[in-house]
Amino acid sequence: MAQIRIENLRKSFDQFTAVEGSTFTIDDGTFFAMLGPSGCGKTTTLRMIAGLELPTEGKILLDGEDVTFHRAAARDIAFVFQLFALYPHMNVGENIGFPLKCQGMGRREIRERVQETARMLQIEHLLSSKTSKLSGGDRQRVALGRAMVRRPKAFLMDEPLGALDAEFRHLMCGELRDLHDRIKATTVYVTHDQLEAMSMADQIAVMNKGRVEQIGTPREVYDRPASMFVADFIGSPPMNFLRFEGGLRSGDRAVSFHDTRLAVPEIREDRASAPLALGVRPEHIRFADAGAVRGEVFGAEYLGTTQIVTVDTAYGRVAARLPSSASVRIGETIGLEFNAARLALFDIGSGLAIRTASAEGVRHG
Amino acid sequence: MTAAATKSVLTKSTAHSIVEASPRTKAFAGGLVILYAVITILPLLWIVATAFKSQSDAIAYPPKVIFEPTLEGYVNLFTVRTRQTPDFIAKLPPPETWYDKLVRKRDMVIAGPSKVVPRFVNSLIIGFGSTFLAVFLGTLAAYAFSRFRIPLADDLLFFILSTRMMPPVAVAIPIYLMYRQLNLTDTRLGMILLYTAVNVSLAVWLLKGFIDEIPREYEEAALVDGYTRLQALRKVVLPQAVTGIAATAIFCLIFSWNEYAFAVLLTSGEAQTMPPFIPFIIGEGGQDWPAVAAATTLFVVPIVMFTVLLRKHLLRGITFGAVRK
Repeated sequence: MAQIRIENLRKSFDQFTAVEGSTFTIDDGTFFAMLGPSGCGKTTTLRMIAGLELPTEGKILLDGEDVTFHRAAARDIAFVFQLFALYPHMNVGENIGFPLKCQGMGRREIRERVQETARMLQIEHLLSSKTSKLSGGDRQRVALGRAMVRRPKAFLMDEPLGALDAEFRHLMCGELRDLHDRIKATTVYVTHDQLEAMSMADQIAVMNKGRVEQIGTPREVYDRPASMFVADFIGSPPMNFLRFEGGLRSGDRAVSFHDTRLAVPEIREDRASAPLALGVRPEHIRFADAGAVRGEVFGAEYLGTTQIVTVDTAYGRVAARLPSSASVRIGETIGLEFNAARLALFDIGSGLAIRTASAEGVRHG
Repeated sequence: MTAAATKSVLTKSTAHSIVEASPRTKAFAGGLVILYAVITILPLLWIVATAFKSQSDAIAYPPKVIFEPTLEGYVNLFTVRTRQTPDFIAKLPPPETWYDKLVRKRDMVIAGPSKVVPRFVNSLIIGFGSTFLAVFLGTLAAYAFSRFRIPLADDLLFFILSTRMMPPVAVAIPIYLMYRQLNLTDTRLGMILLYTAVNVSLAVWLLKGFIDEIPREYEEAALVDGYTRLQALRKVVLPQAVTGIAATAIFCLIFSWNEYAFAVLLTSGEAQTMPPFIPFIIGEGGQDWPAVAAATTLFVVPIVMFTVLLRKHLLRGITFGAVRK
């Protein structure tokens, strides 16, 4: 098992820069998710760690050893592809045993290791089946088996659940996490699905346009987003942004929001007047007649346990998550009250979070 | 229209057309296939039959469908004969073999074997040799074009294709002069090189299409698992490209096997292949159609066998990938 360190890694294709100088460390045994929209550079980063792509600049260290320009085969890592890449001309057992065969291991030892791996994944009964006959979930298990059988230093997974249907994906999330807890292998997991990342990862790196926007636990990236991008990308519906203009003083516990004062977590930096955004998660909004921000109910989405109510205010449309028992009439004018302790402030110019008592110590990429 | 009526129309129109063809459609399709088969197979059957006819039966009018089969055509194809007077033949010791007997009935004696066997061997060596080379080089080039970032890849591919944009015979004279300088005229090596050069562009394009269809992930998985690029190509990519390679090989073989113009121009003895040799048979001692038909039958056999051998892969090529993703 291994620690993976990425230093100033950059990758350009002709004019296009896919990954821009990110630096981070993935600790030994961590389940590390790289999350971002398509084209954000997460897969390219993963492929550079695997050795399938060579970086333009920067370094990749595996357990302190510089492997930046080593061949993929020399890195002792395993890769799980989105389409599984099971060899169609081999059966399940041969697929799982293939990496060992590449290493020139003896036939008997291969068979033992394949058996052991299959037992762990509960696919022993499939060993002599054709891969084309398998269900999506079983293919996924075989792909995992092929990765595990070699006992590599780290697992790299590129949207391994992307090809499964939603129901199965949820099941496999649980299995993957369970597997990780048992074998404790460093895992780098690339996905664009925040639910997958949130439910499985110890650490999440949120990427955008080739940059790491934030690295943190699922709780950190959700509760204390480092930038407007992260706040918007994570959470469904995303964080509401209410724009206003004003200056900030360290130690203040309220901001001048248009005509009123709004309580916010204690501010920890001084700022000259500039366009700012107040970030509010939908679940931190309550309807209250005394609310400082008023608006008209535009629509409601009933989700069973909660409902998402959209309200048109003078500062834009705001989504609020309310208990499904709350009765809401469309067109009704209501006041919105925010949970002051959970508000976030952003500088619109840079898109970065402003330091407050609740958003202290977030790690930018 | 009421909802019920709409529904009945829908079920009616889909019942046969989508799920299964009606018996009448099937019979019609079957009839068409048989008609096509007859049209294409009949000339071939006629050739095979003519090879077993006597010379007079072969040119009889109206054509004879039922005739007394004889191996004269084949004997004539494989031997060189001289005409003798009946007196001379009567003085000879009795014929030793059935073919000696057959020949003597026509007042001839066998003077030795004809050149058909060496010509046939030439065809085999040149045809299969150039096919192997074209497919081998084509596979490597197609793989490189498919997987690596090659500067000016599109232009190079166009350049490769452009070698097929005129009939190869258009460059016959320059090639003839070039080959004379290089002492390649009438050599097997020369013919192999020539056919390879013509076929390789087709092979690159066909195979690139097939290799493009194979997801990169397969070989990337193999690379991560410990294979070198060449090992991954051999053990992972090639087994999956078998279909494409088989199809390409058949196309290449058919071209080099049937090629006539260059063979006439560049070979006369040593390296002569079957296509320019067959017309020679006509000239020797009258129009010996049964011998020509025998030569043609012999000529067709290897390519039919090759196609039948690879047929399994060709058929799989049609259905492979049809149900995935």
